[in-house]
Amino acid sequence: MSKFGKRDGLLAREIFAEAALEAFSRCPKLDPKREVKAVFVGHMGEAYEHQGQMGAVAADWAGLAGVPATRTESACASSGAALRSGIYAVMSGLEDVVLVGGVEKMTHRTTVEVTEYLAMASDYPFEQWNGITFPGLYAMMATAHMHKYGTTEEQMAAVAVKNHFHGSLNLKAHMQKEITLQTAMASRYVAWPLKLYDCSLITDGASCLVLARPELAGRYADTHVQVIGSGQASDTIALHERRSLTSLNAAKIAAKEAYMMADVKPVNIEVAEVHDCFTFAELMAYEDLGFCPEGGSGKMIENGETCLGGRLPVNTSGGLKAKGHPVGATGTAQAYEVYLQLTGQAGKRQVENVKLALTHNVGGSGASAMVHIFRSGS
Amino acid sequence: MSTQEPFTIEQFYRFLQQQKLMAAKCLKCGKIHLPPRPLCDNCLSQEFEWVSLSGTGKLVTYTVIHVAPQQFEALVPYAVGIVQLEDGLQIPGMINGVTREQLKIGMGLTLDFGSCSTSQHWPKWSRYCFKPVTT
Repeated sequence: MSKFGKRDGLLAREIFAEAALEAFSRCPKLDPKREVKAVFVGHMGEAYEHQGQMGAVAADWAGLAGVPATRTESACASSGAALRSGIYAVMSGLEDVVLVGGVEKMTHRTTVEVTEYLAMASDYPFEQWNGITFPGLYAMMATAHMHKYGTTEEQMAAVAVKNHFHGSLNLKAHMQKEITLQTAMASRYVAWPLKLYDCSLITDGASCLVLARPELAGRYADTHVQVIGSGQASDTIALHERRSLTSLNAAKIAAKEAYMMADVKPVNIEVAEVHDCFTFAELMAYEDLGFCPEGGSGKMIENGETCLGGRLPVNTSGGLKAKGHPVGATGTAQAYEVYLQLTGQAGKRQVENVKLALTHNVGGSGASAMVHIFRSGS
Repeated sequence: MSTQEPFTIEQFYRFLQQQKLMAAKCLKCGKIHLPPRPLCDNCLSQEFEWVSLSGTGKLVTYTVIHVAPQQFEALVPYAVGIVQLEDGLQIPGMINGVTREQLKIGMGLTLDFGSCSTSQHWPKWSRYCFKPVTT
């Protein structure tokens, strides 16, 4: 994974090269130019750099021009889709080794521009047409959750406090300083009830993973993890056509699929990276993933269950909230964090004896979702 | 009621311009679609009829937008929400004439037909919003 943050003077392709180089270096016995047979690159928006075809561009800058290179787009789950596509490629037997990753360069644009570009991942004829922003969509889900279950703004702010604490232990995180509950609560509203500190960061960054057929993995690296469950689902894009405003059906379906494939239960998961594009989204993820009953997420964060040292540490990387959210890079950056955790390389934020970890990546306001389950060792 | 108009989002907005809130009812399974679709997502039928909807309903959820895209920047802060119409269908929209403190889930709202977009570019759709039901 590249350093996440404000990467002035660099283009997306250059940041992607940084992440690709690290992925290659973690596979010391791999000859990338000869053995990587395809590249899948998550990238949400051409608007940021006026640049399409990021699949080919990123592959080229990683030194791999010539291989099939495809951009995957599912808004904030674009690289979750790249990971899933890579899994299709190797598990189908079509390729032995592929590179999956994602990239976004965002910070050179104004907040108003970024707000506009991100809103493109919501429904145009009803949501965008009525001035409903991305924070606005999650805010409406939060309002409904507060009304139904009594979830509070303080509980949402507690997610920000936790994730900033975790981010302070991650040298690659965009923001590496702790915040207080008061700071979070005192920040200005972006879309009531969501405040500035409820929102993830506008960040530049890239992330990459090398995927190989399970029986070949040991040939390229001594240290690797296994993907044992993969689920992906979709939903109608506009909130008003959904049955529930307090959960994401796509995430629930993807989770069910991944748990079934991996033959594990939510209670078996020891570390999770979930899609906290907004603090409320992390709370909803606890429920959609079965970490707590519906309506129980507020208590779960309040009790410290998802903090480092708790029963199930969530977003040890700092999450989208503190590590940052270069949208196209997020899905594989989550997988990178659980790779570090499962191989004992997470440094100050290492959770002891982790064997089973999960990633949860959501596109937009939930029209796409991917859940992956990883196991340590071979 | 005409059955000649195509079951498209464009046509939904054309009806709005005529101050009519219309949805497409599947002739096979009865599901009502707002907006209309070319294929019923319940039974894949392509046979529909237009049905007229009541423009009143109750607020299901809401937010107040403080950071907006350029096009809406002049309006901030503005309230938006999802309204469940008397027919059970839901539609999102701006809510005018209320402060954040006055917004309550379950409050009665009614549709206000706005003007059509005067933009030279696509889309030339009508604007609409909701306002509190005055009793």
